Amino acid sequence: MLESKQLAAQRGAATLFSGVDFKLTPGDALVVTGANGSGKTTLLRIAAGLSHAAQGTLSWRGVAVAPLDLVLRAAVLYIGHAAALKDDLTAEENLASLASLHAGKAVSEALRDALALWLLDRQRALPARALSMGQRRRVGLARLSLVPRPLWILDEPAAALDAAGVAMLCDMLGTHLAQGGMAIVATHQDIALSGPTVRGLSLS
Amino acid sequence: MTATAAPVGRPAAPGAWHGAGWAVRRDARIALRSKAELGVQLLFYAIVVTLVPLGVGPDPALLRALGPGVLWVAALLASLLALPRLFAMDFADGTLEQMALSPYPLPALISGKIAAHWLATGLPLVVASPLLGLQFGLGADELLVLALGLLLGTPTLSLLGAVGAALTLGLRNGALLALLVLPLYVPVLIFGAGAVGAARTGLGAAAELSLLAAALLAALVGAPFAAAAAVRIAVD
Amino acid sequence: MNWFRFASPASFFPLAGRLTPWFSAAAAMFAAAGLYLGLFAAPTDAQQGDAYRIIFVHVATAWMSMLIYLVMAFWCAVSLMFNARLAAMMAQALAPTGALFTALALVTGALWGKPTWGTYWAWDARMTSELILLFLYFGYMALRHAIDEPRRADRASALLALVGAVNVPIIYFSVKWWNTLHQGASVSLTSAPTMAAVMLTGMLLMALAAWCYAIAIALTRVRAIILERERHAGWAGEAVLAKAAQ
Repeated sequence: MLESKQLAAQRGAATLFSGVDFKLTPGDALVVTGANGSGKTTLLRIAAGLSHAAQGTLSWRGVAVAPLDLVLRAAVLYIGHAAALKDDLTAEENLASLASLHAGKAVSEALRDALALWLLDRQRALPARALSMGQRRRVGLARLSLVPRPLWILDEPAAALDAAGVAMLCDMLGTHLAQGGMAIVATHQDIALSGPTVRGLSLS
Repeated sequence: MTATAAPVGRPAAPGAWHGAGWAVRRDARIALRSKAELGVQLLFYAIVVTLVPLGVGPDPALLRALGPGVLWVAALLASLLALPRLFAMDFADGTLEQMALSPYPLPALISGKIAAHWLATGLPLVVASPLLGLQFGLGADELLVLALGLLLGTPTLSLLGAVGAALTLGLRNGALLALLVLPLYVPVLIFGAGAVGAARTGLGAAAELSLLAAALLAALVGAPFAAAAAVRIAVD
Repeated sequence: MNWFRFASPASFFPLAGRLTPWFSAAAAMFAAAGLYLGLFAAPTDAQQGDAYRIIFVHVATAWMSMLIYLVMAFWCAVSLMFNARLAAMMAQALAPTGALFTALALVTGALWGKPTWGTYWAWDARMTSELILLFLYFGYMALRHAIDEPRRADRASALLALVGAVNVPIIYFSVKWWNTLHQGASVSLTSAPTMAAVMLTGMLLMALAAWCYAIAIALTRVRAIILERERHAGWAGEAVLAKAAQ
């Protein structure tokens, strides 16, 4: 459903990568690896529709999409490096805010369930500034269960997570793919995501 | 079929008013939590206004003549001072790109942010201006026109300033924003200060206030879209 | 002829190089003719003496300052609508020349004002608007300079130029309104001496000279910009080497 042809990106005047082709159909996952600075984040941002590619096209269901096209915005859930949490709001308020921004479920029960899933039950009412990096990352990932979208684009989701968190993440990804969703994940770490529908893309 | 399948056909964009409401609620809540920042800009306004008599001497006639201009220029500068805060935090912590990716129309979200920003930074200036106007010996009808003019003008300043703030996101140079935005502020300054001058001569400030209202309407219609375009360029 | 062929920097580069000498020559010719008319052929004015002759430069530069802003805004619009690099480079090339003409208009206006009205700066509507236009040019160039990433700089400054273009009439209207309101002494730099035909011709020739000069300079500058921004492309290195070999 998401297809790219000959994507190329530049940083300044130098080329980051070029000729990137991929195709995702329901149930597919693309794991993007590469050294620091190889352009993983840039590629994910282009796929999410945030950035312009220097060359190449992106199409959703066969129709070419420009950056920030509404079709793409309604289909993608992008979780980038930045957690998008406000220090002054509590974990629950932050989650509610982010979920409702994407027209997801922001009802209290759903919020509590999502936070409980990520073992943040007791931190629910704490302001975000009191949370650790890993806990902030968990709050950010908690919206995966509140905002139903076919395509998840996750940039280094396992960063700062402990083993239990990584396991939870792989679990959710597995369920998502099994239900016909798609995912693009950039990662340094070994995410135990395997199967015939998981492809790797290495940017050197 | 799966719960995560995308809807068939082009999705409808959720309402703009919902988006604006989301932004206002969130920004207002954050502003109320960090109360420390709220009064600073008002203090800046008061201090700048106080500096002028210290610079030109306390001659009442001179101050009366300068009053409207000084009160308006200081309001412009105070408005300018608050602008970086509009988008900077959201840009730094990744909220702004989430807003760009949201199904809500970005101009609506930005309008909500500007509204919350004006309530916290512009409205206090409007309320404080009659008090400060007394320092310059302005009469009652002049003070009224001053406050009305600022009520119409400061939202316009916030709207126009938002475009500049979005264009300069992430740039180190703070003075650049002033260079970009102050020329755009000139009409508001001219009509606002002119309104008080017209009230003083007894001609009535209807013309100037109407022009300020027209500028506000034009800014309400155009600025959110220009600011949204600038935000998209910044998060690219 | 397919004009879009020249939309890529690589193919526009040699075209610009071929056009520049023609416009430079035309500029020199028009300037010579215009200056001759202005400095020698036009009669001495009854009221202002010979000092008025500076309007031959002043009017041309003032017209160009506004025209260049419009052309710059046009190319900015094209660059945003079609995501075109070359259009953005053209706007980037025009801005310094536009700023220069605006500054010249202000300086010549001041020089005209002193012997004629006794003051260098009289806060009249047109001069004040020119000053604000200068700030708009500086804002465009400063924003460009402040953003490191070239495509973001292109888009942000293009948006700024368009916002400025929309606001210029509003700003001019408000400044004119302000000026008539505060009209104390009736000093107005807009009251030029009544035009003899030869004066008008002189001014038109100078305007044409300024226009050709602006085009020649912009084409030269855009070639430098193209080389700098496309330096990683193969053809750029070859072009520089070929030039060095001449």
